[in-house]
Amino acid sequence: MSVAASLSFDLAAGGVRELNAALHAGEAAEYRVLEPGGRHAVAAGAMDEVEVLIEGSVGYYCAGMNQRATVRVRGNAGVGVAENMMSGRVFVAGDASQAAGASAHGGLLAIAGNASARCAISLKGADVVVRGSVGHMSAFMAQSGRLLVCGDAGEALGDSLYEARIYVRGEVASLGADCVEKEVRDEHRAEIVELLAAAGFDDVEVADFRRYGSARRLYNFDVDNAGEY
Amino acid sequence: MCGIVGVYSKSDRFSAELGTHLAAMLAEMSHRGPDSAGVAVYRDPVAAGQAKVSLRAEDGIDREALTEALDRGLGLERLETQGDSFALATVHAEPAAAEAWIGAELPGLQILGAGRQIEIYKDAVHPDEFIARFDVGDLSGSHALGHTRMATESRVTAAGSHPFSTGRDLCLVHNGSLSNHNRLRDELAREGTVFRTANDSEVAAAYLTRRIAGGEGLEAALESCLENLDGFYTFAVGTADGFAVLRDPIACKPAVMAETEEWVAMASEYRALAVLPGAAAARVWEPEPGVVYSWGGESA
Amino acid sequence: MAANQEPRPGWRDGLRESATFDRATIHEIQRAAREGIYAIRGGGAKRRVPSFDDLLLLGASVSRYPLEGYRERCETDVVLGTRFAKRPLHLEIPVTIAGMSFGALSAPAKEALGRGATAMGTSTTTGDGGMTPEERGHSKTLVYQLLPSRYGMNPDDLRRADAIEVVVGQGAKPGGGGMLLGQKISDRVAEMRDLPVGIDQRSACRHPDWTGPDDLEIKIEELREITDWEKPIFIKVGATRTYYDVALAVKAGADVVVLDGMQGGTAATQDVFIEHVGIPTLAAVPQAVQALTELGMHRKVQLIVSGGIRSGADVAKALALGADAVSIGVAALVAIGDNAPELEEEYAKIGSAPGFYDAWHEGRDPAGILTQDAELAARFDPELGGRRLANYLRTMVLETQTLARACGKSRVQNLEPEDLVALTVEAAAMARVPLAGTDWVPGRESR
Repeated sequence: MSVAASLSFDLAAGGVRELNAALHAGEAAEYRVLEPGGRHAVAAGAMDEVEVLIEGSVGYYCAGMNQRATVRVRGNAGVGVAENMMSGRVFVAGDASQAAGASAHGGLLAIAGNASARCAISLKGADVVVRGSVGHMSAFMAQSGRLLVCGDAGEALGDSLYEARIYVRGEVASLGADCVEKEVRDEHRAEIVELLAAAGFDDVEVADFRRYGSARRLYNFDVDNAGEY
Repeated sequence: MCGIVGVYSKSDRFSAELGTHLAAMLAEMSHRGPDSAGVAVYRDPVAAGQAKVSLRAEDGIDREALTEALDRGLGLERLETQGDSFALATVHAEPAAAEAWIGAELPGLQILGAGRQIEIYKDAVHPDEFIARFDVGDLSGSHALGHTRMATESRVTAAGSHPFSTGRDLCLVHNGSLSNHNRLRDELAREGTVFRTANDSEVAAAYLTRRIAGGEGLEAALESCLENLDGFYTFAVGTADGFAVLRDPIACKPAVMAETEEWVAMASEYRALAVLPGAAAARVWEPEPGVVYSWGGESA
Repeated sequence: MAANQEPRPGWRDGLRESATFDRATIHEIQRAAREGIYAIRGGGAKRRVPSFDDLLLLGASVSRYPLEGYRERCETDVVLGTRFAKRPLHLEIPVTIAGMSFGALSAPAKEALGRGATAMGTSTTTGDGGMTPEERGHSKTLVYQLLPSRYGMNPDDLRRADAIEVVVGQGAKPGGGGMLLGQKISDRVAEMRDLPVGIDQRSACRHPDWTGPDDLEIKIEELREITDWEKPIFIKVGATRTYYDVALAVKAGADVVVLDGMQGGTAATQDVFIEHVGIPTLAAVPQAVQALTELGMHRKVQLIVSGGIRSGADVAKALALGADAVSIGVAALVAIGDNAPELEEEYAKIGSAPGFYDAWHEGRDPAGILTQDAELAARFDPELGGRRLANYLRTMVLETQTLARACGKSRVQNLEPEDLVALTVEAAAMARVPLAGTDWVPGRESR
């Protein structure tokens, strides 16, 4: 079967199934998705190094469990964009709803607008970079990977954090259980530069970022820390 | 669990087409609420001294008998029926007086809502059927709320569907699941509220009704929900002038808002907003948890 | 003087024990005062609750006729996932192996479960930690769990699985998340779960990207899209408000509902959670069947019941109440070698005894099953374990067929509630079958 250079899908005419079937069958190198109309699971389960261009706003789980593909959403994304992504890149030109990048293991999720509550919840190794602000409980139980926020962060940032690293440039409304501010050293500045460059947000000042990580007091139960639970 | 939608018109053209848009929004939410549907549409305000009352009878409405009774008791301006079970009565009385009289004299009727503008229709049928049955697409109006239901802990009945009336020209739709509604229901029942269902949303509506009837403004009453209601909720409340939205502080249930020059709208999922004219260029945002948003002013 | 020699229960040498503050309760209060934390253990609810033991089957006689063993067939196969999936599961027996994590269990233990299940034509299920190559390699039919933690979740394993089980909860702890203590977070477990070695794992109790059946419906759509609609989607719930839960699972799009009663086991959870949250399996099954029937979905959305299934009698009774199949967890572990009497000395060293060992969270299991210790795990022979499991499953199925034939059934799923009676008022009320020898179903019209 020959691989087409580019295939177009009008979701108002066809549907998500047609697009995803073609994507999983490896029918093209590039997929253009028109009239997404807030539909769910658009470009979910991609497996190949292809380009997916979505012209509009999507619903839940866009690029869910993405592998290797580069997915660009020229609009807003609903709940769970790039959830459990393994590799590849997802760019959201607008805002993202809750649980953006939830439990993602690898790859990059870059949001040019704001992300909502629980951004990077349960993160497992991916990079999530947000040009705007994130909502409450972001990086909740984040195990590994990096969350970088150019704007503000809502309440309980990094609650129950494991080894993920968090960088925030704006205000943090409050820190969650076991999440503390940490020193920013040269290696962290380099990381911030790397993340901003990967996301394409080159105009952001590196100097004002602060770093947050786990205090590791909840790693093994100690009765004196019981108040944190 | 459910889908909720709300839409508020900023132009005459949009108001004329309100029903078309409301129907389209509701249809998009049917997958998350297949059991029942309901709408509250604000339109055709009646003259001073009059009230509109939305009515439902489980056993069917006897049009003649109802006409006679309402005319005798309150003075009947107009009676419109819809199918076997629904009626919209315009009577010569204030809304509260109309409700009191109908409640006392015609106990077989369920009062879905009362006010100067509000019309409430709801039924335990799939949203697509609901839209067809009630000709939702034909309704014009200034603003409307809609709801599609997936019943959680109470039965699928018309009475258990949303919107629930919370006072004159006031109603509530809810997406979520409360966890302390049973004790609240007992308290409110002891204070005189009559409940028809085991539905948690009915309790939330009754709670708001009580606070507002007690003199509290809508915003304050909604804010008190944060203290007194436990569980997960996105509430949308319809008022005479517009609508209000509140999400609980944990905010697991979704809510999306959008605005253009012609309309302001709210829905559980963006796809219900995507069907509105000019949606692609709309300002889109999500309401913050624990904050009351309102459009069009308060009504109490 | 030993307890079973007491002249009167609760009395010893003129000393009287309190029923409220009995020795076990006093012991637990003292432990809590010392340690400042809740007691954690494995297993399911230990206390006596109304169960299948309180039900009896009505065998054939003059009005009903039995089937001859062997010659007159009694079919046991079951198809799971007929509602939406392109590739439903075809199992030869109506008993599956429940979800148990690699992490809670050792790798050879998971291998044994795969071997035994495959030999008998049934499925195993992954647990809170993901899919291991051993399990996929040895299990012909493998169900892959999607849990709140999402440890190890990945689309390659999703596509390798034969079915997907969305875990809302389990019977031991409906409303609770997973738990694995530091001593079991070995290098391999840590790597699979993406955690630091040796820490106590904290687990979420809700899924990260959906809450509620309306949003679950959308999540299931995503899982189907990723796997091109091939695989059956199961929804697993711990037994609590079962009637509503099952109706909502159907509305959310489940192909199969897995219902786990309070006797269902766990590898590690607070004792207080295990004993005081959730309802007995017996009380949950009729609620589930009622919900399915009212929606016109009984047998169309299949029902798998777990939580204290121990023998063919339990299987037959669960099927009679309306289940399509059952699932075993604790029983499977015992079958492959947990609590073996040969290990009495080993158990004594860690303060326990065969028949009592439930400190599975400690990871010191001398049988090498509920541990991550390499030395202990090496003691466990997965081939032998697999044979033992196959023997046990075969026994269960033969028992089920014996009982079904005695009730005149040529297919085990043709057992029905009318084949059952109850020994106690509670069991009759919960199971919605009459008290033996009467027409009386407490709370309902007589039949």
